[in-house]
Amino acid sequence: MMTTPLVQVRNLKKYFPIHKGTFIQRHVGNIKAVDGVSFDIYRGETLGLVGETGSGKTTVGRTLLRLYEPTGGQVIFDEMDVFSLNESEMRKIRLRMQIIFQDPYSSLNPRMTVGSIVAAPLEVHRVVSGKAKRERIDELLHIVGLNPEFVNRYPHEFSGGQRQRIGIARALAANPDLVVCDEPISSLDVSIQAQVVNLLEELQQKLGLTYLFIAHDLSMVRHISDRMAVMYLGKIVELADRDEIYLRPLHPYTQALMSAVPVPDPEVAEKRHRMILEGDLPSPANPPVGCNFNTRCPFAEEICFQQEPEFVEVQAGHWAACHLVDQFIRS
Amino acid sequence: MDYLLEIKGLKTRFYTDEGVVHAVNGVSYGLEEGEILGVVGESGCGKSVHALSILRLIPDPPGKIDSGEIWFDGRDLLKLSGNEIRHVRGKQIAMVFQDPMTSLNPVFTVGFQIMEALTYHQGMDKYQARDRAIELLTMVGIPEANQRVDDYPHQFSGGMRQRAMIAMALSCTPQLLIADEPTTALDVTIQAQIIDLVKRLQQNLGMAVMWITHDLGVVAELANKINVMYAGYIVERGRVKDIFKRPRHPYTRGLLGSLPRLDEAPGTKLVSIPGLPPDLIDLPRGCPFAARCLYAVEKCVADMPPLEAAGEREHIVACWRWEEIIEGAA
Repeated sequence: MMTTPLVQVRNLKKYFPIHKGTFIQRHVGNIKAVDGVSFDIYRGETLGLVGETGSGKTTVGRTLLRLYEPTGGQVIFDEMDVFSLNESEMRKIRLRMQIIFQDPYSSLNPRMTVGSIVAAPLEVHRVVSGKAKRERIDELLHIVGLNPEFVNRYPHEFSGGQRQRIGIARALAANPDLVVCDEPISSLDVSIQAQVVNLLEELQQKLGLTYLFIAHDLSMVRHISDRMAVMYLGKIVELADRDEIYLRPLHPYTQALMSAVPVPDPEVAEKRHRMILEGDLPSPANPPVGCNFNTRCPFAEEICFQQEPEFVEVQAGHWAACHLVDQFIRS
Repeated sequence: MDYLLEIKGLKTRFYTDEGVVHAVNGVSYGLEEGEILGVVGESGCGKSVHALSILRLIPDPPGKIDSGEIWFDGRDLLKLSGNEIRHVRGKQIAMVFQDPMTSLNPVFTVGFQIMEALTYHQGMDKYQARDRAIELLTMVGIPEANQRVDDYPHQFSGGMRQRAMIAMALSCTPQLLIADEPTTALDVTIQAQIIDLVKRLQQNLGMAVMWITHDLGVVAELANKINVMYAGYIVERGRVKDIFKRPRHPYTRGLLGSLPRLDEAPGTKLVSIPGLPPDLIDLPRGCPFAARCLYAVEKCVADMPPLEAAGEREHIVACWRWEEIIEGAA
């Protein structure tokens, strides 16, 4: 069923320049936010993208939609090369790829009514107008579980969870194929998170959406995703089926990440052995030579400090970037 | 059993222009020496305000502790003079705040900020305090502490700042450490480091810890007992194992159901709690959870249920129908 990739990302790179000097700005280096990332997203699936602060997961989402101009690489969306499109072609394709932002407070214009926020994509792309537009807004508010009578209210009149629903309605307005969900629930309370995640799952089934679900909450990503990719310092270190990556994580970083997540069950928590990483994420402006995880990796050997490991398919559908991966497969 | 800390009928309110915010509405419980208590609940449930009330850190006005007693070490903290409470803060009860970015002063070195408590409470001179600060930073796992002691907070990463905050809190070996969402702003691998650190220090120093969080996973890893708070009330309290295995209150049950688990079976659907928490300015007369509760009946809307024993030792719950609900679910 999931045979044709809707999105193919190849060697995607996004560097942000570092400038120094007050009057004469010199370019002194780059923050390598995304440094050569490749993956596919299949039609109708949810690909989860996890990583810690500063791992570049949000930048992947935004560059993929060309909200940032890429430094290098290629994104093929439904057989079109996204980065080679001109402006008007780009506008057309944007209809089909939308985004839900993290912060429901700053991503909605406080001076616009809910109706006009949700209608904005319809107007920009001249999809519908007049009575049909009003009907579409009603329908959109209805499917995200908001009362259509709220159409003339302003964002400040809503709670965080309701605002995130408005953001979802806006993303769905133009009937997209792909929705990038950039940490859509991390600013919400636990009981409200479950409401929004259930809504996203329902909508996916109903409308046949494809999600790139970006978050740092591993349990939530595992819950919603079909496949998961783990990012560390601008690179994907491992990608596999959600159960595969949880049961048999191959990359030491994924292993540590899985064991760091607290499990809400005291009996399980007591029994399990935790692998606790030392130190912090290195600076993406000056990543370590060799494997970029070598500063924190408990297994690192000489080769890890000299050569960068390649991201390869080590087992069917299971990709990893680690020199010592054979060792982990055997154990 | 004598408690280290005993709170009786604490009520804290904020008198704002919009109305009276009922943040804490009669909270009573005791904390034993060496115990780790997890206080869980969502934003606005009163978990932080109740902790700030213990140290009398509620901004007044608009906030006011309207009634209650907080017994610690044979004294009612609410009756102490300003000078007396200052000797409790940091010395006997220390607090670690949520945001390590804003709770350190950016214009003083980390070392200076740790030394401040040592010179004030312990009467150390500058040199003794500096040595002790280096010792503390080493203890919480800051590498090259003798150099890093002169760094400013911006030179530290988030995890290191939180470690420095913990070092500062532990500087006078307090009997009670209150940690208010200390890992919420941190990544999971750093969170695991901090939890591990606090567990180890708690065992070595034998202090009691109150860990305030919205993350039930963290509580399961760390705590002995849990208070579940909702709209300024404790709605359920008990030992960790009992609460996770046999939650009695519909809110606790909902909260546990709404959490995805890393070890869940595929296809599991999350149980969401419908609706929103009540407005604390306009609290309902009965049970504050009634409007969102699947089991609510007329009695729930009319009267607030008292906390009553829920079968197991030290397990108490505030729900009129908990017995019927668990029978129905079984």
